[in-house]
Amino acid sequence: MAAFWKRNQQKLAPWLFLLPGVAMFLIYVIIPIFQSIDISFYAWDGLGEKVWVGLGNYVELFGDEAFYTSLKNNVIWLVLYMLALPAGLFVALFLNQTVRGIRIYKSLFFFPFVISQVVVGLVFSWFYDPSNGLLNLALQALGFEPVPVLADENWVTYGIIAAGLWPQTAYCMILYLTGLNAIDPEQIEAARLDNARGWKMLWYVVLPQLRPATFIAVVVTVIGALRSFDLVSIMTDGGPWGSSRVLAFYMYEQAFSEYGFRMGYGAAIAVVLFAIMMVYIVGFLWKMYRDERGGR
Amino acid sequence: MFHRTSKLAAACAAATLLASTAFAGELVINTDTSDPAPKAAFEALIKGFEAEHPDIKVTWNLFDHEGYKTSIRNFLTADAPDLANWYAGNRMLPYVKAGLFEPVDDVWEKNGLNESLASARDSMTIDGHLWGVPYTYYQWGVYYRKDIFEKNGIAVPKTFDDLIAACDKLNAAGITPITIGTKYLWTAAGVFDYLNLRTNGYKFHMDLTQGKIPWTDDRVKATMANWKTMLDHKCFIDNHASWSWQEALAPMVQGKAAMYVMGNFAVAPLREAGLTDDQLDFFQFPVINPDVALAEDAPTDTIHIPANAKNKEEARLFLAYLARADVQTKINETLGQLPINKDSTVGDDKFLQAGYKMLSSTTGGIAQFFDRDAPAEMAKAGMEGFQEFMVKPDRLDRILARLEKVRQRVYK
Repeated sequence: MAAFWKRNQQKLAPWLFLLPGVAMFLIYVIIPIFQSIDISFYAWDGLGEKVWVGLGNYVELFGDEAFYTSLKNNVIWLVLYMLALPAGLFVALFLNQTVRGIRIYKSLFFFPFVISQVVVGLVFSWFYDPSNGLLNLALQALGFEPVPVLADENWVTYGIIAAGLWPQTAYCMILYLTGLNAIDPEQIEAARLDNARGWKMLWYVVLPQLRPATFIAVVVTVIGALRSFDLVSIMTDGGPWGSSRVLAFYMYEQAFSEYGFRMGYGAAIAVVLFAIMMVYIVGFLWKMYRDERGGR
Repeated sequence: MFHRTSKLAAACAAATLLASTAFAGELVINTDTSDPAPKAAFEALIKGFEAEHPDIKVTWNLFDHEGYKTSIRNFLTADAPDLANWYAGNRMLPYVKAGLFEPVDDVWEKNGLNESLASARDSMTIDGHLWGVPYTYYQWGVYYRKDIFEKNGIAVPKTFDDLIAACDKLNAAGITPITIGTKYLWTAAGVFDYLNLRTNGYKFHMDLTQGKIPWTDDRVKATMANWKTMLDHKCFIDNHASWSWQEALAPMVQGKAAMYVMGNFAVAPLREAGLTDDQLDFFQFPVINPDVALAEDAPTDTIHIPANAKNKEEARLFLAYLARADVQTKINETLGQLPINKDSTVGDDKFLQAGYKMLSSTTGGIAQFFDRDAPAEMAKAGMEGFQEFMVKPDRLDRILARLEKVRQRVYK
């Protein structure tokens, strides 16, 4: 035993160190993925017997209006959530200066990311309230009709995304702020000597150096948009008549909510959502792999 | 130092010993009665039970209302309490079918509940067995601002035409006739229940919620046509999809709206907000089709023994206690609701008296509520459809077709 250990110590040690992490990852991430895929082939209420339905859940899903509404909303989320990047960059550039009390301003801008999404949702629901909300009081003061943002099927998703952008912008801002700290002052200096300023400076000198920050910001924003759930649940509960649902919320509704408990159907939605995320995850892993090899 | 700890340990051991001799039995109760009145009612209920059975130690786990609906599934299978509250009718069907509730016919038999709780017997029966003990119910109907009605010269509507006329009068006076908050959908189901019960009667309503009638049936369309009439006369408040039922109380309190189709639980918050009994009153939902016997919505709340409970003997004692006339009188006084036991006395609150009078003279039948009579999936789809219909009535055919699709899947 001791001899074996001595011989293979070098080879075994990394695996031993990895073991706790790998075990956790297997138990909480990898195995559940396969379990979900498995459940999606059954009709199951979570209590009784599972009944094998094959691809039945998927067939139903592709004929389900609510599924397409959720999918469409997910796309809108994905696209509009990307606004958090330029907005975050802008705030970061704005805050990247040394004036008295800048730390306070920075923390104030970062504040929405720290508070719970539930609170953000509540604040925005009050903001949009058709009778007493700030937005509609302002609209009325300007002579417009009040808009019940959260009760109007055409506005509701945009209203929720606007609420989501507030913390997401703060997140991107902090990523860019750290990125800006790492910018090489000599390059800026050199660019200045070559008479670069304004947009050109930003586009050709600053942004290329911010690429790692941009990459992370894109990834967290995509993931944030795809798993958007809390805001939908708090602000509209998927309504009005299900028009603000996103896939994550629809899955929850089908599988766990008061009127749901169709575990198989919920799992099928989860699998579809997983497939969409997989596109990004694969892209992410591929880029990491490429960077690692390039770095050697 | 050592000496002192050992003494302490001995004291502890003695205390445990004492405790275990003092309490012969244990009882674990899970409820979601976390609102102020229900919480107080259960506190008193449990205290009363402990006083009569000092040898039973009661542990009471209080859940938040929304979370309970999910956690009950977990604790019934994994870590069952000895008693849990739930609802009568179709809402308990999944647990009965999954064998998670214990039949309690013996409790009914032994304590004469078949007579004293006779009115709720049907809604507690599935497959010929009784699955719990009901302890309270409450009426639904129209709560209205009496002062506003009087000021505008409106009498209590007796027929649907009266109601529409009242809507027109109120609108002319700049007052929203009926307030409602449909963000969480179920409030719209209350309106549907009444329109359907009054248009087509109890039997049809039950057949519909049990999936025996297609949603595209002409009789359903007749109900929806009546609803459309109400919408055309602007009976309901604008933007109702933005509000929860509590938020929709505000216009009524402020005098901007005159009526609310609601359950009796709305009275407590309305009073708290400052409405007096001179301002607030109740009337039965008006007659639509005079040939249809009047039926009402009156949801019943119940307590059950989970099949996996550990202390079923004690749980049965508690159910027997809960079913007693004097206990139901007391708990419902605190709840502000109606007792099931026929020998109980109804509180002398005017809304309770009105509800009691209405329900005990109901000939058509007593429905539980749309989301308790229909299975969960159908209820969800239905209520979503009702909300959509209230805002976009021209989509009726599409909505009904969608509901019909759900019906064909749900009741296979």
